Amino acid sequence: MAQQPVLLEVKNIVKNYGEGNVLDGVSLELRKGEVKVVIGPSGCGKSTLLRCINGLEKIQAGQILLTGNVLTEGKTDWSKVRQKIGMVFQSYDLFPHMSVLDNITLGPVKVQGREKKEVVLEAEKLLGRVGLLDKKDAYPRQLSGGQKQRVAIVRALILKPEILLFDEVTAALDPEMVREVLDVILELADDGYTMLIVTHEMQFARAVADQVVFLDGGRIVESDAPEQFFTQPKAERARRFLNTFVYEKGGEKA
Amino acid sequence: MDTEFIVKYIPLYVEATKLTLGIGLVGIVLSVVAGLLIVWIQYFRLPVFKQLAAVYIELSRNTPLLVQLFFLYFGLPKAGIRISSQGCAMIGLCFLGGSYMAEAFRSGIESVERGQEESALALGLKKSQVVRYIILPQAISVSVPALCANMIFLLKETSVFSVVALADLMYVAKDLIGLYYKTDEALLMLVIAYLMILLPISVLAAALERRLRYAGFGN
Repeated sequence: MAQQPVLLEVKNIVKNYGEGNVLDGVSLELRKGEVKVVIGPSGCGKSTLLRCINGLEKIQAGQILLTGNVLTEGKTDWSKVRQKIGMVFQSYDLFPHMSVLDNITLGPVKVQGREKKEVVLEAEKLLGRVGLLDKKDAYPRQLSGGQKQRVAIVRALILKPEILLFDEVTAALDPEMVREVLDVILELADDGYTMLIVTHEMQFARAVADQVVFLDGGRIVESDAPEQFFTQPKAERARRFLNTFVYEKGGEKA
Repeated sequence: MDTEFIVKYIPLYVEATKLTLGIGLVGIVLSVVAGLLIVWIQYFRLPVFKQLAAVYIELSRNTPLLVQLFFLYFGLPKAGIRISSQGCAMIGLCFLGGSYMAEAFRSGIESVERGQEESALALGLKKSQVVRYIILPQAISVSVPALCANMIFLLKETSVFSVVALADLMYVAKDLIGLYYKTDEALLMLVIAYLMILLPISVLAAALERRLRYAGFGN
């Protein structure tokens, strides 16, 4: 992995909404083909981190660089940047007034100026891959949560991003639907996509991650290979966090 | 009831109806344009314009059309600005309607979930594209009932146009009453003329609302 070039660099970023820092000096690197999973208690700044990387939130200090170019200073063409950094949200946010196909083709056609015909063909191919080709003319309201989220992933993929950000994409799903979405992401990992994933699915994190980043109180507390992190977490806070996922009869025994 | 009188003066009412409807429709179209302009300013929070828009909305909503028309027709000439009766009527209607249309659009825009804008931005769309392809189409379908209600409201407001010397329906009716004392006939025709303008629009609006409700695309 070390020989791959660094795509994304987050350097010591600070973000606050007035009171207290939500991100308090976070740094990380994402190399081409690498999958990093960010976990941590709610309110630790995981989602904010992704939103800052995508320019949906402004940071107060630090730098974010994409392939060596600083995004957080001067005039950045975020439209260009966001085509390279795809993002999938917890609440899917498909456009309800458009069919599945239109949801997917909007970006490539309106933003990248690609030929509609060619985009439709590619959209159909991608929909086929996530098992939703028969839903291409459906409207979002006719889809289940898991199906919506798979469409949202295709919508991000079709722009051919260099990096994909996943923000708790299964948190709003029924348990049976979580699997179908995570399977898609696992496949993307196999295909070599570079991804930064925020999730509460520990099993999934362990399976997909090259590295796990544990965030607490706006700081990275621990950063490790998944095996190491899930079996022998170094930080006390990480241990306590992981313990909350362990259930034993008769209550907590840690 | 003097039917002969009614028949004789029907053409007069037809002319007045055309005039009322014509100015009314132009005024409504201008109101919609003004409303869109205002929400655009509000949505992008354009400095200065934003404050101007706020002042305009309060001024427009809290003064009667009659007073606005007086200002345009009798007030402005004192400042050397002369506008024809028709112009005054159209501008007045637009001034009144713009704020109502803006509020109708705003309520629609506020009904669109915030995630819609962010996910559209995340696809690389520019903010103006987000408004055009994502926010407005959803907002308008929510706004339609209010927009239709405003349209009917504005058409009814045309009944004060006679104060700026326009031969609209109200003017013709008052004229006939004054000339011939045929109060019943003149008023009956007036009511019928307004119903003929407004009933079809009400029916159409109701149908449109029903359609939009059934086509509702909520998540």
